[in-house]
Amino acid sequence: MIKKLIRSIKEYKRSTLLTPIFMVLEVAMEIIIPFLLAKLIDQGINQGDMDVILKIGGELLIAAFLSLFFGVQSGKNAAIASAGFAKNLRQDMYEKIQKFSFFNIDKFSTSSLVTRLTTDVTNVQQAFMMIIRGAVRAPITIIFAMLMAFTTNANIALVFLIASPILGALLILIAKKAHPIFERVFNTYDKLNNVVQENVKGIRVVKSFVKEDKEIKKFEKVSKSIYKDFSKAEMLLALNNPLMQFTIYTCITLISWLGAKCIVGGTLTTGELTSLISYAMQILSSLMLLAMIFVMITIAAESSERIIEVLDEEPDLKNGNNPVMEVKSGSIEFKNVSFSYVKDRNKLCLKNINLNIAEGQTIGIIGGTGSSKSTLVQLIPRLYDVSDGEIRVGGINVKDYDIKVLRDSVSMVLQKNELFSGTIIDNLKWGNKNATEEEIIRACKLAQADEFINGFIDKYETYIEEGGANLSGGQKQRLCIARAILKKPKILILDDSTSAVDTKTDSLIRKAFAREIPNTTKIIIAQRISSVEDSDNIIVLDNGEINGIGTHEELLKSNEIYKDVYESQVKGGTSNE
Amino acid sequence: MNKEKKLDKSTLKRLFGYILKKYKFQFFIVMILVILSSLTNVASSLFLQSLIDDYITPMLSETNPIFTPLLKALSTMACIYLVGILSTYLYNRIMAKISQGTLKSIRDEMFANMQKLPIRYFDTHTNGDIMSYYTNDTDTLRELISRGIPQIVSLVVTIVSTFIAMIYTSVYLTLLVIVILCIMLKVTKDIGGKSSTYFIRQQESIAKANGYIEEMINGQKVIKVFSHEEEAIENFKRINDSLCDDTTLANKYSNILMPSLANLGNIQFVLIGVVGGLLAINGIGGLTIGAIASFLNLSKSFSMPITQLAQQINLVVMAIAGAKRIFKLMDEEKEVDNGYVTLVNAKNVDGNIQEVDHYTGMWAWKHKHHDGRLEYVELKGHIELTNVDFGYQENKTILHDISLYAKPGQKIAFVGATGAGKTTITNLLNRFYDIEDGKIRYDGININKIKKADLRRSLGMVLQDVNLFTGTIKENIKYGNENATDEEVYEAAKLANADQFIMHLPNGYNTMIDGNGGSLSQGQKQLISIARAALNNPPVMILDEATSSIDTRTEKIVQDGMDKLMNGRTVFVIAHRLSTVRNSKAIIVLDHGRIIERGNHEDLIKQKGVYYRLYTGAFELE
Repeated sequence: MIKKLIRSIKEYKRSTLLTPIFMVLEVAMEIIIPFLLAKLIDQGINQGDMDVILKIGGELLIAAFLSLFFGVQSGKNAAIASAGFAKNLRQDMYEKIQKFSFFNIDKFSTSSLVTRLTTDVTNVQQAFMMIIRGAVRAPITIIFAMLMAFTTNANIALVFLIASPILGALLILIAKKAHPIFERVFNTYDKLNNVVQENVKGIRVVKSFVKEDKEIKKFEKVSKSIYKDFSKAEMLLALNNPLMQFTIYTCITLISWLGAKCIVGGTLTTGELTSLISYAMQILSSLMLLAMIFVMITIAAESSERIIEVLDEEPDLKNGNNPVMEVKSGSIEFKNVSFSYVKDRNKLCLKNINLNIAEGQTIGIIGGTGSSKSTLVQLIPRLYDVSDGEIRVGGINVKDYDIKVLRDSVSMVLQKNELFSGTIIDNLKWGNKNATEEEIIRACKLAQADEFINGFIDKYETYIEEGGANLSGGQKQRLCIARAILKKPKILILDDSTSAVDTKTDSLIRKAFAREIPNTTKIIIAQRISSVEDSDNIIVLDNGEINGIGTHEELLKSNEIYKDVYESQVKGGTSNE
Repeated sequence: MNKEKKLDKSTLKRLFGYILKKYKFQFFIVMILVILSSLTNVASSLFLQSLIDDYITPMLSETNPIFTPLLKALSTMACIYLVGILSTYLYNRIMAKISQGTLKSIRDEMFANMQKLPIRYFDTHTNGDIMSYYTNDTDTLRELISRGIPQIVSLVVTIVSTFIAMIYTSVYLTLLVIVILCIMLKVTKDIGGKSSTYFIRQQESIAKANGYIEEMINGQKVIKVFSHEEEAIENFKRINDSLCDDTTLANKYSNILMPSLANLGNIQFVLIGVVGGLLAINGIGGLTIGAIASFLNLSKSFSMPITQLAQQINLVVMAIAGAKRIFKLMDEEKEVDNGYVTLVNAKNVDGNIQEVDHYTGMWAWKHKHHDGRLEYVELKGHIELTNVDFGYQENKTILHDISLYAKPGQKIAFVGATGAGKTTITNLLNRFYDIEDGKIRYDGININKIKKADLRRSLGMVLQDVNLFTGTIKENIKYGNENATDEEVYEAAKLANADQFIMHLPNGYNTMIDGNGGSLSQGQKQLISIARAALNNPPVMILDEATSSIDTRTEKIVQDGMDKLMNGRTVFVIAHRLSTVRNSKAIIVLDHGRIIERGNHEDLIKQKGVYYRLYTGAFELE
């Protein structure tokens, strides 16, 4: 698992390696300093020897400055390495996501992808910094300090050799016990956030039903359970500090006693006793650090698993060998096509579809919710792969094309109109980044968008807010259509893309299509009969199957569903006029 | 700058107010325990000094060393240690309760206050902003209260007691320590200050990157359709790089601070040794060699907590910033309600309306006039707007001179483009916003006199964006009336045409849904919200039609449910589809906040004005 993440370190390998190296040097200095100090006391101050004091003092100063230098270098490199690592992780994930097919995206859901790119990366970044600094520092300190302690006096050093594993085990035990409680706390946190979010979003409902008090009680209940769980977890962690102190104090007492005996017995000097005690402190606080790192790693482990899931996900759509690099014509052919989102033959959304659409034709598709209209058209630009059968565009199986080439020739306006924050021009240029002003204006005129754009003060430079919040539904739809036209596609697909446009503009758009882009194959999914009635052919989809194909007149005669929809809409529109 | 500091101080004071309010006694105990625990620490380092001088060195000169005094001293120390350990354990435990309890009261108060804020607040703040009060800002407080405060107190106790001991040992050397302390403070201020500046910048950078990620991932399918992957990666790289730069800087400075201070401590140690040695050898200041040794130890116990204290500074700064934001939310002006006319159950006794204490199906406004006269007016649902002006911001009038009325049982439809003022009018009826000029009367009573809760109870709302709450479907419908029986819930659902699809769900009315109604279709959510309003059974309804496209069959079912709901009530409809307004008593056509046409469908068609053009499809509504 770790191996996969490590790959993302890339150009930050140097900093990643320098951090622990400088850290080791810093720790070495930190170990040498108490050693020199002991000498300063024993040989310098206690003897009143100024020369020795100055000499050792000089050495000490050098050691301190070196330690400062190493510490700063290590800290600096740690910052560079961890921030860079996080950057690369995000970049790698983002690039991977760009390769995802619709199937991959559906599998993860957008909100979980967002969390993985943000919170999870931050968790891993913090753990990474902890590891390259602390995970090196703590064991090295322990080893160095142990070595020094044993060379000073092996018998006394045994005291902490015994004490440290016991303390370490206890600290990790506490952390392990607290972990599930913390996990529960975070789940409850989600619940609390959910209550707040629902209330902020639905404040008009709360206020108009006068339910403020009920909501406050609901919140207090969740808030109370957080209080309970969190106190419980923290009380468990409250054992940490006293446990630590207990070990330190026990060691000090034992070392004092044993040390005194040794000094009296002549096997230890007083200066050595002082440094032994400071070694004990170093070892024990390093253990504390190790326990903390352990907790960090458990938190980060879950996050890294979620990151690796993204990095490991295989895009299920790939270019074949020797892909075809040109789409010659806009004809479409469905041959016994079946499709399932979950790749399960028993859960088919499309069953045995056969279709033939000639270049330049206009095709309407009608059908209720769940009749798989969108699914059908999404197979044409290979947003999903068919489960069975094949689809040919321009006579060639869509799987044989280069995916980018295919999608550049098949332009699709999705049901959910997504515009991005930026100017209108920025958004339109998605269709073709080299589009000239004339081309842009022509596309907008075609989509009947030019007029309202010119009504804005900043015209084509008007800034669109995130999600197109400052545009009406109909305006958004028309911009999306213009954007799709700019690609100069061989096939243009509108997935319920004029629902918010008034009927007159709707018909103007269709007339412009017929006049200006006669050779483009046009597929129009709609709820309104009026949007499809003048198509060359209309497909009635029901439950993933073709219920009928024909012109408006033919279907009115032969197709029950079509007749039904037609009547309900016409009745709504013409009586009383 | 000074003002800022004052604000910081008052914020801290207020924060402590919350701790002390409920936990004065416990907090007092905690402080004593913290002091005990850190004094144990000081005692321990003092003991280590005397260990050599007072116990070991004397024994060295004895031919037959007696260990009893040392054993005694060690036993005393063990007892002191035990007290220290116990204190540490107890204060950690008590503090867990105090900090979580304090956070709970802050959170609860924050939410309760939020519920009382006017709609204007929610309209002018983003969801993300409000959410961060409950997440990020509360987190910083938790860190400060549960870890920061005890640690800071304990460090200060250690620093002060060590300082006293240092002065006691040698005044000269203490002066030296003070000089180095000043350097340490300066370093902390410089590096720490830079670190906090960059941390704040990092926060902004993170917010920016998250915003980009969210927008792009949400539009990922569009990216695929337009083969826009390369550009998306390119843009992402730019934002990601600048985030990386800011993160590096922020962490760099915070990583440097620790080793800098720690090694300044080491340098101080050396200087004390050298200077102390010089003083002792030259006999200045009556310094003995033993005193230097113990001073060296003291200086170490002095500089270490200072280093640790410096690390706490970021925590305090961030917590103060968080507390400031939380208190700002709490201090937002609440919705004022000076209404005194209330809604009561009533019955008709010989043409006189009398107040009763049980449900009768009849309601009345209880109007207590200023002269003490009590008047009961039956709740009928007569609404009248007279010369109403309104603007969301001062000097920016959005509605101009609106006058209209709806008699009980009448349906009034508002028609007009986005921004014409349709929704604004309904915002005024239930006093989500207050009018600037003119009058709105409900059954002849100025709505400013009616208690807001009662006014809103008498006005039902079905909004465009359906908001449901996490819970069962039944609970969601019951939102309309907590006291309704199950039978009444089913009745309301049947009326709204929701019963059928609910019965088809595996758990029927007990099906759990989350806030977004994730598993339900748009149409189904609308049906539930209609049932909710039906159970509420108000005499006046405000309906904001949904704009999202639902298929024809479902739309018919929803429309039918709406029609049944409207039956017999005064209704204001914000229309997005003209087919639904035709049977209205009056259609009000709005444009830029003014009424430009009004009349019933036939009148308006004859006028051949805006409505006619809308109706014939020459204009679009949205």
